[in-house]
Amino acid sequence: MKRSNTFFVCLLVLLTGFTASLVDVAIESGPARPQALESADLVSRLGLTDLSLFTEARYTRHPSQADIHSAFQDHPVALEHFPTGSLLQPPSGLLR
Amino acid sequence: MIALLRKQRYFIDYTLGTMMRHKGKSLGLLTVYTIIIFMLASVMLFSHAMRSEAVALLADSPEIVVQRIQAGRSVMVPADYLQRIGKLRGVTEKRGRLWGYYYDPAVKANYTVMASEQDQLSINDIVIGEGIARTRGLSIGDYLTLRSHEGKAFSFRVLRLLESESELISSDLLLMNPEGYRRLFGIDESLYTDLVLSVRNPREIQKIAEKLTLLLPDSRPILRTEILRTYESLFSWRQGVMLILLLGSVLAFVIFAWDKASGLSAEERKEIGILKAVGWETSEVMRMKFWEGVIISLMAFLIGYLAAYLHVFYTSAGLFEPVLKGWSVLYPSFQLTPSVDGLQLATLFFFTVLPYTLATIVPVWQTSITDPDLVMR
Repeated sequence: MKRSNTFFVCLLVLLTGFTASLVDVAIESGPARPQALESADLVSRLGLTDLSLFTEARYTRHPSQADIHSAFQDHPVALEHFPTGSLLQPPSGLLR
Repeated sequence: MIALLRKQRYFIDYTLGTMMRHKGKSLGLLTVYTIIIFMLASVMLFSHAMRSEAVALLADSPEIVVQRIQAGRSVMVPADYLQRIGKLRGVTEKRGRLWGYYYDPAVKANYTVMASEQDQLSINDIVIGEGIARTRGLSIGDYLTLRSHEGKAFSFRVLRLLESESELISSDLLLMNPEGYRRLFGIDESLYTDLVLSVRNPREIQKIAEKLTLLLPDSRPILRTEILRTYESLFSWRQGVMLILLLGSVLAFVIFAWDKASGLSAEERKEIGILKAVGWETSEVMRMKFWEGVIISLMAFLIGYLAAYLHVFYTSAGLFEPVLKGWSVLYPSFQLTPSVDGLQLATLFFFTVLPYTLATIVPVWQTSITDPDLVMR
């Protein structure tokens, strides 16, 4: 087999994978999935406002409810020290 | 047309032959290039999917949440604030909420405790999220003991678990009866954590928020649009510690690729000289080098992107978990919905494939326009 043929076969396989990923996105983002419905029901029933992704501190658990001082209000001259603080950006109100 | 394609195929054959002669070097470059694209694409896909997921999940969050601020801190809201708000036009429902945090020293985790009237729980019953159940090893019918504000131990029976499908929003949730909540935390009947207002017409929300700040000067209304904006900007891919760390490795790769692509070795210069001497034209030498750049960068892009896609959407971004987890004990287990931003993907393509391909062509052009005899000496 010529080298170029091997290359074209590899390229074809990779391009098929690439197309499959885009098809996967189209299928998954189409009709509402049961897990999205479950979550939507819980959000509207309990009035939830945030993701339970960073549960280490108040202002990382509920970033949308935290005020602008919350990261520094543990005591006077307190510094923000939770690891998540380096991933989250400050509240949107500060950046406007 | 067929002759042109055949010619390009011969170029690719020759280029692959040259690359196979320097197998270690070519494979090393391809590996490093692929890893860089994998990391960049993973950050890009993860942050985009996370943002989309958050915005979709929180689309039904309350239109307006009213907090009370005292000396820069959120404090409990008196129940009579509901009366003070009175009848605002456009507000269809207003109610007080009770929620807060409970630190469980047994597992060193923070729970989000919420009073729920809709679940009609008895005073001794609770409903818990999957994260709490997993961490504490609880199942339906088990008892969870929490220490009250007075130090008394209260035992609650787990009535049911929140659906695991909703873990991204409910992993650390603990729902209980409002009276049980007040007893556990010692909160008076006349206080709420915050107030929630439902507004029928979204265009009226801003106006209602303005009226609220006039009626209750110590209040802070948080609008649904602000909640969604917070999550839209939360994982902006231009920021965050992950990208800063990545930037170092990207710069290292740029230097490496630039050195490899732009600085031709004596052997490569000699090869170009021989090709010119046997009758190759400058454009043909450049085309051969162009294919070398395309083969390396295109393969690296496709392999890196596909690996990143599988990593983010089918292994729950396992490599990022330690970074995202931080000190969170109740990290949810969740599967992101596949979503790709076409513009971001195109940006990644143009910033990775094009510069390398161009960087390979320029030095070849400089060498191939000089006299073959001079190059071979």
